[in-house]
Amino acid sequence: MALAGSATAGGRRRARLRSTAMAIARFLVVVALTYLGLLAVTFFIGRVIPVDPVLAIVGDRAPSHVVERVREELGLNLPLYQQFVIYVGKALTGDFGISVLTSNPVMTDIRRVFPATLELATLGTLIGAFLGVPLGVLAAVRRGSFLDQVVRVIGLVGYSVPIFWLGLMALLVFYARLGWVEGPGRIDVVYEYTVTPVTGILLLDTAMQGEWEAFRNVFGHLILPASLLGYFSMAYISRMTRSFMLTELGQEYVVAARAKGLSERTIIWRHALRNALVPLVTVIALSYANLLEGSVLTETVFSWPGLGLYITDSLQNADMNAVLGGTIVVGSVFIGLNLLSDLLYRVLDPRTRAR
Amino acid sequence: MSMTRMPIRTPMTAVKNLVARGLTRRGLLGATAAVLIATTSPVVLAATPKDTLVLAWAIDDIITLDPAESFEISAGEIMGNTYDRLVRFDVADPSKLYGDLAESWTVSEDGKTYTFKLKPGLKFASGNPLTADDVAFSLQRAVKLDLSPAFILTQFGLSKDNVEEKVKKIDDLTVVIETDQAYAPTFVLNCLTANVAAIIDKKLVLEHEKDGDLGYAWLKTNYAGSGPMKIRDWRANEILALERNDNYYGEKAKLPRVIYRHVKESATQRLLLEKGDVDIARNLSPEDLAAVEKNADVAITNRPKGTIYYISLNQKNPTLAKPEVREAMKWLVDYDAIGETLIKGIGTVHQTFLPMGLLGAIDEKPYKLDVAKAKELLEKAGLKDGFSITMDVRQTQPVAGIAEAVQRTFAQAGIKLEIIPGDGKQTLTKYRARNHDLYIGQWGADYWDPHTNADTFARNPDNSDNAASKPLAWRNAWDIPELTKKADAAVLERDPAKRVEMYTELQRDLLKTSPFVIIYQMVETAGVRKNVEGFVLGSTSDSTYVFRVSKN
Repeated sequence: MALAGSATAGGRRRARLRSTAMAIARFLVVVALTYLGLLAVTFFIGRVIPVDPVLAIVGDRAPSHVVERVREELGLNLPLYQQFVIYVGKALTGDFGISVLTSNPVMTDIRRVFPATLELATLGTLIGAFLGVPLGVLAAVRRGSFLDQVVRVIGLVGYSVPIFWLGLMALLVFYARLGWVEGPGRIDVVYEYTVTPVTGILLLDTAMQGEWEAFRNVFGHLILPASLLGYFSMAYISRMTRSFMLTELGQEYVVAARAKGLSERTIIWRHALRNALVPLVTVIALSYANLLEGSVLTETVFSWPGLGLYITDSLQNADMNAVLGGTIVVGSVFIGLNLLSDLLYRVLDPRTRAR
Repeated sequence: MSMTRMPIRTPMTAVKNLVARGLTRRGLLGATAAVLIATTSPVVLAATPKDTLVLAWAIDDIITLDPAESFEISAGEIMGNTYDRLVRFDVADPSKLYGDLAESWTVSEDGKTYTFKLKPGLKFASGNPLTADDVAFSLQRAVKLDLSPAFILTQFGLSKDNVEEKVKKIDDLTVVIETDQAYAPTFVLNCLTANVAAIIDKKLVLEHEKDGDLGYAWLKTNYAGSGPMKIRDWRANEILALERNDNYYGEKAKLPRVIYRHVKESATQRLLLEKGDVDIARNLSPEDLAAVEKNADVAITNRPKGTIYYISLNQKNPTLAKPEVREAMKWLVDYDAIGETLIKGIGTVHQTFLPMGLLGAIDEKPYKLDVAKAKELLEKAGLKDGFSITMDVRQTQPVAGIAEAVQRTFAQAGIKLEIIPGDGKQTLTKYRARNHDLYIGQWGADYWDPHTNADTFARNPDNSDNAASKPLAWRNAWDIPELTKKADAAVLERDPAKRVEMYTELQRDLLKTSPFVIIYQMVETAGVRKNVEGFVLGSTSDSTYVFRVSKN
């Protein structure tokens, strides 16, 4: 009996190992398929749109023999499937080709523009989460109160006001009129060449190099667009928090906790919020991913050289290598954040760990 | 609560009204900015560094810094400030030439040999001496690489195979260029003012040569010139920084640094300009210009450019091929209204194919909106009840607005115009394949000689589908053997006065018969802060000289 018992325990451990391995394998397959799908869809869309990609490279004035030569150099005279295979092959080695617009390898460009977006999106999400979650909780607890109304109006405005308009208004008030913050762009021209880019995240770069004046300037440039993005993600997060909290507060365990005589504060912040946090992680991750895609309109208004602007500019110029590269990055961000929120699930919800 | 709500209310209704009036996003931004700036006048001033000129400009068209390849508007300006060439034209009077690197030049009796004497003691920014060797190398390199602008040089008979014989160094200060025909000397010299004829540092470029590419890969993002400024840094779609070149032969640049900041949105440029965070804003929309004009700290400067905007009629369409229809359409554009609204501050009405400023350009405007006359013509063509037609339109201003205006005036004569919206590359792809009915577009002079436009508007040597050269006349399937001959003769005419006469005649011919409804000539406008001195826009993109600018 004892023997059999230990055998089943070992078997269970092995079974669990196997299931974990299976889960990882399944995850990898899904990721690989997602990437392939992403590549295929963007690649074929890029090729069927009625725009001549050679035109983007040589311009309207090029004589026809130059056009033909470039077409051949790019392999655009090959059948589509062959072009695709070549493209995927190169992409696997990390070569996404050269951007027509910037003459740089696409990956070099993305390494330059992505930190700008990352910096903005991270600060924006931090602002959104740190304000949005408490606001949502309070609104749920005092449902129907004046505070609840305020949160709902904030959410509504965040949903309905176009961001470029709000961005321009914010610039006019806080930059032009009050002079509290710096204007469009990431850094003043004066400081432009005082810091050497290491991470590309200027707050980090300036801090690491001890350029505190430049740091202040960078922060001054960053705070307005980040607050704006933060406001929009706050609007979303607070609304979702409110509804998750309402569900949790109606649960029986809350009644039980109250009956046990726990303080209202403990019930709300330690028990109900803890449970609401699980779906909230997904919400925050999604809103973060959205910002990481690059908010084109914000980046346009604030002349912010980020990913959104890069992809849009490339798209408008039929610079398909850059568009494809950018799409892969955005895809990776989504996949990565999904994975991260899955992991966080396991931390936050013990039940998922057992399974 | 009041904080979130209050500022939203009233402007929102204003915004809705604007949307209802069909303004674009850009226009909307500008208009809202106008409303707000008007109400928030006392502006806290920032300032750019005293020794640096900062310009806000949409520089996303720059794709290379190699003069042998660069053909874009903003890149042109960079090349003009950082590279020298044998000759340049006078910014004040573009029909006059002066020696840049060349001290003097002569043309042989038979008109086929050009001999240039260089100024002594020239040096590149790198410190390398600049000799006839570099001049010959630069021109040979441009021809050998054979990139988009190379035709400016190859059109007078230079080719990959013969260029080493045709462009030769005689001694350290003498270069000879041989052409295949006796062209008008003004034509050849004008072509040599173009960016593609810029002189590059042979030694430096060849140090970076890879697989015999003549330094092509390296020079795309680097600098090897001798101009008054040198390129310090270029981050595409972000910033381009120029620095004074202390090795420059002439008067040194007034400011040690010039920085171009990529700013796309007109409203943002205006904010930066009024706030003093940039000294010059280059892409202000008509609405923003009107508003900036009222600012006491800002002056407006402008200059007609070599770009004209036109509507063209594809002659493959039998209706559009009728001469009466071609003429009728010229009577169906409300030039005055367009001039006073849609292109105010950014264009001036112009109807001939040579933009003002080019040798021989005439400013005749025979056409105005005359619906009765157009109807008469259509009746003559047997189209009394009008017809339906499409037009491919790029969705940018002012082109989209002009298309809508034309749609309304066409309707008055019974022509039903359907607008097919698209982006620039899309409509252009269709146009280049001759698949359009009507197309609205622009054409900028490639180099500063009338032949550049005659070559494309008035020449069509081969109208077949797979012709070697595909000028605008070809794109509209306009078969014109007679005019082609005339244009060919004009480029060979060595008497300048006679040459002018020939272009005058060509322009009048095209005014009457061509399938091109030319509407206006572009005017470039910039908002400049009052403490900036000496900023003059050039007629071509490569003649706006920031090295002559100073600041108080």
